Amino acid sequence: MGKTMAITGNIAIAIAMKQINPDVVAAYPITPSTEIVQQFSSYVADGAVDTEYIAVESEHSAMSACIGASAGGGRVMTATSSQGLAFMWEMLYIAAGYRLPIVLVCVNRALSAPINIHCDHSDSMGARDASWIQLYAENAQEAYDNTIQAFRIAEEMDVRLPVMSCLDGFIISHSIENMTILEDEEVRRFIGDYKPLNPLLDLENPATVGAIDLQDYYMEHKRQQHEAMLNAKKVILSVGKEYGKLSGRSYGFFEEYRLDDADVAIVVMSSAAGTVKDIVDEYRSKGIKAGLLKPRVFRPFPAEEIADALKNTKAVAVLDRADSFGASGGPLFPEFRSALYDVPNPPKMINKIFGLGGRDFGPDDVRGVFDELVAIKDTGKIKSLKEYITVRE
Amino acid sequence: MAEPLSIKELAKSEELLVGGHRLCPGCGHSIILRQMLHASEYPLVLAMSTGCLEVCTTIYPYTSWKTPWIHSAFENAAATITGVETMYRALKKKGKIDKDVKFVAVGGDGGTYDIGLQSLSGAFERGHNFVYVCTDNGAYMNTGTQRSSATPFAADTTTSPVGKKIIGKQQERKNLTKIAAAHDIPYAAQASPHNWKDLTMKFRKALEIDGPAFLNVVSPCPRGWRTDASETVNLAKMAVDSCYWPLYEVENGKITINYKPKEKVPIFEWLKVQGRFKHLLKPENEGLVKMFQDKIDRDWEDLQKRAGE
Amino acid sequence: MKKKGWKEVPIGGVLKDKGSSVAYNSGSWRSFRPVIDLEKCINCMFCWVYCPDSSVIIKGGLVAGFDLEHCKGCGICAKECPPKVTAITMEPESKGPVCG
Ligand code: SF4
Ligand code: SF4
Repeated sequence: MGKTMAITGNIAIAIAMKQINPDVVAAYPITPSTEIVQQFSSYVADGAVDTEYIAVESEHSAMSACIGASAGGGRVMTATSSQGLAFMWEMLYIAAGYRLPIVLVCVNRALSAPINIHCDHSDSMGARDASWIQLYAENAQEAYDNTIQAFRIAEEMDVRLPVMSCLDGFIISHSIENMTILEDEEVRRFIGDYKPLNPLLDLENPATVGAIDLQDYYMEHKRQQHEAMLNAKKVILSVGKEYGKLSGRSYGFFEEYRLDDADVAIVVMSSAAGTVKDIVDEYRSKGIKAGLLKPRVFRPFPAEEIADALKNTKAVAVLDRADSFGASGGPLFPEFRSALYDVPNPPKMINKIFGLGGRDFGPDDVRGVFDELVAIKDTGKIKSLKEYITVRE
Repeated sequence: MAEPLSIKELAKSEELLVGGHRLCPGCGHSIILRQMLHASEYPLVLAMSTGCLEVCTTIYPYTSWKTPWIHSAFENAAATITGVETMYRALKKKGKIDKDVKFVAVGGDGGTYDIGLQSLSGAFERGHNFVYVCTDNGAYMNTGTQRSSATPFAADTTTSPVGKKIIGKQQERKNLTKIAAAHDIPYAAQASPHNWKDLTMKFRKALEIDGPAFLNVVSPCPRGWRTDASETVNLAKMAVDSCYWPLYEVENGKITINYKPKEKVPIFEWLKVQGRFKHLLKPENEGLVKMFQDKIDRDWEDLQKRAGE
Repeated sequence: MKKKGWKEVPIGGVLKDKGSSVAYNSGSWRSFRPVIDLEKCINCMFCWVYCPDSSVIIKGGLVAGFDLEHCKGCGICAKECPPKVTAITMEPESKGPVCG
């Protein structure tokens, strides 16, 4: 089952796309996701896939064409980053509102201005309210695994929502890692045949897609999207388990690292979690009960499960690789804090904004956060709720 | 090659745009769409940009369409239809569809000349097999008659009003048919609903083309032009007879003028019946009328020259 | 008509009931109605090809009258009926019953 390869995150995604063999891909190049569509174009040119590839003139048209293609009645996917995702923003809401199971790989990159090409999560966090399911990966392996599972989650009949599979720009997209690739046949069997729902190309039953919904129906359709997100929770878990049987790698809403008996914990997504794990081990060896919670699924937000995982901690730092300027914290912080609101004796919680625009996040930065958490645990005092770290004074 | 159809033959096909829509009485859009739909022998999938035609024909839970139809946003009817068309090719290749289906995108002038131009240009360049139809009524009518780049010179709109110092729209129209043809697509044409024979024939031709085709159709709007609802077809005719809206086609670069009025109707005759030009009736604005006429004369001459006449 | 709740309406706002707008009575907008003298009609069918509301009824290839449920009374049919024929006249609605 599968073979081990040393490849970049982008190539891992391109290979996943080849194995998925979608009916249509519409995409536009943007750093750092470019390599994905570049590599995929060569698969198309070599006849290694059956996919029809549309090299559109912008990301707005990429998502518009994805919407047309998906509404047509087949499997559709795209990839982008940063400004590209921002340019798609209008269409993201429409893809979700039409309940089209499009899969988008977002190689996370900071939003302008100032223009920057490196990693942070401001792009996908900007799309958090668009009714897209969002999965985040720590490494190339997870990015590959998430992208394959994304189709099963999106296409489930009581979900039918688009999925964004996110990985960190450059840190993951451009670094070579050892990882395991499934056999093509295994992937195809796992995702199964595409089942269209009200396809435009069913000429005998003509559908009207995109009618104007006024005060009398709009809210009913929005309520359905909320329900679909609730349904997605159990689907994500069952797909993650089934994928585990196939690959040996099971997935849930988040990963807990030495969290069971932890007094102090860091919550951080994506590649930064790797560095935190090392420091957790270091602090554990010093006798400090440190732990990590690494969210994988940000939408739907698994609030109850998170509360349960963190309820026995004393102090928690939520690390955001994006800011919501002027808010009480980055995008993750208020959600985590609110998830723990109803827990008896909830932990003290702080927020750190880190790593914007690809700024390094190293072991000392993690040590600083854990030391602060230990002090909070001991004194019960928080000196600042939201603070920028990895920044020069 | 497509054969022209008589009105009796047109009337034999099913009505695919039914009544009960909420377009204003006398709207040019639905006249154009009905003529087109009756002229097609292929099943059609339609994509529409946001605008009067889109909104008024699909007020949930009602739809006036009896053929597959999609709207997604304002600026992207072209990109959207190319997505559907590409999915069709993908599924056909896999044997999941066997029918011959044609793909048509429809946008107003706002959605085509202005906000949707990039999407349209991209779709032309990629060579998708589709027909793009612009129903040009010369302003953003759906939001209450704001000027677009298709609004005629001197027209009174809510964002190019007739004021004390500035008299209506200061700029000339964008020549979109010329821009579309400059993409070197196989077929681009101008048409008018008053000449149903010409319009339906052009649409039938466009459907047969392998690659992108563009139709720019004048669509009188009683609300925005401030004209009587019954005048719609007549106003379209006058637009053509005055050479404001010449009927011509560009086939693989070759221009053919399809209709030449025996005597060009002076543009003042067309302007004076429209409320949006009523300020041009004032003697002090005679100069503007002359400028309007001069531009038409220049363009008409240029078109004839380009057609090699 | 009782409006459906969120559990009942199809997801994605998709409409599968093609041509369902015929249930909407746009004929109520009319202040003038077209009246045709079928004796005069030469069946050129210009009225049919120019009607914006798909409201000229054709039966057996001949003009048979108007769909007054949907005709908005724009008057294009009367205007475009050839001048030598003038088979259609527009009459004020108040004269007759509201729906034909
Ligand atoms: S336009 Fe007049 S003559 Fe022609 S079919 Fe209609 S009613 Fe008859
Ligand atoms: S009055 Fe207008 S809407 Fe009514 S039948 Fe005549 S053309 Fe159609």
